Amino acid sequence: MSITESLSLALKNIVSSKVRTLLTMLGIIIGVAAVIVIVGLGSGLENYIADSFSSMGTNTLTVSVQARGATRTMEVEDMYQIVADHPGELDLCSPTVSMMGGVKIGTETTSTSVSGVSEDYSHIYGYTVAQGRGLQYSDIATRSKVCVVGAYVNQAYFGGKAVGQTLRVAGQALTIVGVLDQREDTMEEGGSDDCLYLPYSTAARLGGSRVSSYVVTMVDEDRIDQSKGVLESALRSFFGSDDYYTIITMSELLDTMTGMINILVGVLAGIAAISLVVGGIGIMNIMLVSVTERTREIGVRKSLGAKEGTIMEQFVMEAAVTSALGGLIGIALGYLLSAAATVVVARFMGEALTVAPTLFAVLMAFGISAGIGVLFGYLPAKKAARLNPIDALHYD
Amino acid sequence: MAALITFQNVCKYYHMGDSTVTAADHISFSIGAGEFTAIVGSSGSGKSTCMNIIGCLDVPSEGTYLLSGQDVGQMNKNQLAEIRNELLGFIFQQYNLLPKLNLLENVEVPLMYAGVPRGERRDRAHAALEQVGLGDKWRHRPMELSGGQQQRVSIARALVGNPSVILADEPTGALDSRTGREVLAMLQNLHRAGHTVVLITHDNSIAVQAQRIIRLEDGRVVYDGPADAPEAVVTPRAAGMRGGADA
Repeated sequence: MSITESLSLALKNIVSSKVRTLLTMLGIIIGVAAVIVIVGLGSGLENYIADSFSSMGTNTLTVSVQARGATRTMEVEDMYQIVADHPGELDLCSPTVSMMGGVKIGTETTSTSVSGVSEDYSHIYGYTVAQGRGLQYSDIATRSKVCVVGAYVNQAYFGGKAVGQTLRVAGQALTIVGVLDQREDTMEEGGSDDCLYLPYSTAARLGGSRVSSYVVTMVDEDRIDQSKGVLESALRSFFGSDDYYTIITMSELLDTMTGMINILVGVLAGIAAISLVVGGIGIMNIMLVSVTERTREIGVRKSLGAKEGTIMEQFVMEAAVTSALGGLIGIALGYLLSAAATVVVARFMGEALTVAPTLFAVLMAFGISAGIGVLFGYLPAKKAARLNPIDALHYD
Repeated sequence: MAALITFQNVCKYYHMGDSTVTAADHISFSIGAGEFTAIVGSSGSGKSTCMNIIGCLDVPSEGTYLLSGQDVGQMNKNQLAEIRNELLGFIFQQYNLLPKLNLLENVEVPLMYAGVPRGERRDRAHAALEQVGLGDKWRHRPMELSGGQQQRVSIARALVGNPSVILADEPTGALDSRTGREVLAMLQNLHRAGHTVVLITHDNSIAVQAQRIIRLEDGRVVYDGPADAPEAVVTPRAAGMRGGADA
């Protein structure tokens, strides 16, 4: 008997008891769909985070200086000098001074994020000015009491006419000289459009502290290690020790996050895969019942010349086809659920996270489900093949 | 006539716990090609054991069984399956058609195991169904047919592989007397057409339809001769007790 013949025989038997087959396949269907959705969710999350990070600039190095205890103090000019000394690797530099306490606009205090930066900051992150002007070198040099605000601040507090108005940061009145272009599709409080940038020199004076954090861009994003190494050795020779600074690259952070997501997805997919094994046991159970029910058929087939291997093939094929069919239905269900999850995430969380089933997950889920059929079909098939034809013929 | 089936001192023992039951006790006979033989006996006489051995479903514990000159006792399970497929056609009391297949597919089964290609298989199965007068019903399922018709399908299935021996195990046992006679007539026709038919039955009135009777009792042959001889239908024990025929 050829493979196609045992395949059509298996399909015939499966079709003749649809409800039972469907119930048998249920475990496999759920398992495959779950694996596909979870892995799809994981890869969607990975893409989402990668996108978010790239909007934050993957070509940047973030330097923090913990000068306490060091023999030398680092001034902003020292950092600029280091960057200027390595034109082959390092490009732009901006000190960053984060200020807590929000912004006071009229009588209202907002949770707007406030950062002191240099005139290069907008080039580093690609922010563009919609109205007025950006920060300039002269603002920094003269510690001007000016600022630029994000599109949200402009819309929400100034009705779109923020340029020329004043607000207060840490008790100091600042004049708004520019409004940035909108960066997010939907603006909201606490989002990246709810921001304010002032000269770092002004911010440092208001905060009463030395500048301790810098963002530096690399000339070539693909030479992260080299660029980071250059900066590191310059800082080490400046301080005479590597205890007083840390350098973080966005891509390292991204790698760490991705690694964590992968572990999480792996664990979840593993849990989902357990249901594949449970489904396989379900198939084995039904196949054992089926062998008992069809004892007489097996006896007849044997008396008509079926060999043990042929009977074995028939039952293994039936289990494998049942399981693989369940796998296919599970894949379809997985795609459906992924599409639904994408819509749900977009609707209720407002995030553009696409749950995309990966080809690898689909192929693996199908392969495992078919393999489980063969594995768990083996025992019942062996039982069927070993039946004594005389006993089987007289079985009622 | 060349001997097709040869039993030489065939014994069969079954172990039931500690005791051993002798189901066949040095049975010897031979059946030539083209004969129509009835193996007859009451239950426990050993006729089922004989039928299982002739049908290559079982092998003798002792002695030799030659089918077409091949020693079946020495064969493994796969070889026995091949022999059953090539040399034997079974007709069962309960028909034993496969309920999920239609009549044509049922008749095709032996050819499928013989590896006959699909097209040829169809043609031969159709021809066999025509032969038993059910050619137009090939699409039906066995359950849609009467008992007599189902038995005719099983005859078609037995014939389709063109076997050397047709082995009928109580073929009329589940049928009323009229359809039973029809089935017997069909077996007689097969015999006349040159087939070797072995009929296993407990019923003397059925057995006498054959050409030759082998009567078994307690695992031994007590009569082997023409069906029309008066001794053929008389068991020695019954003759001794009542002096009459056991009809």
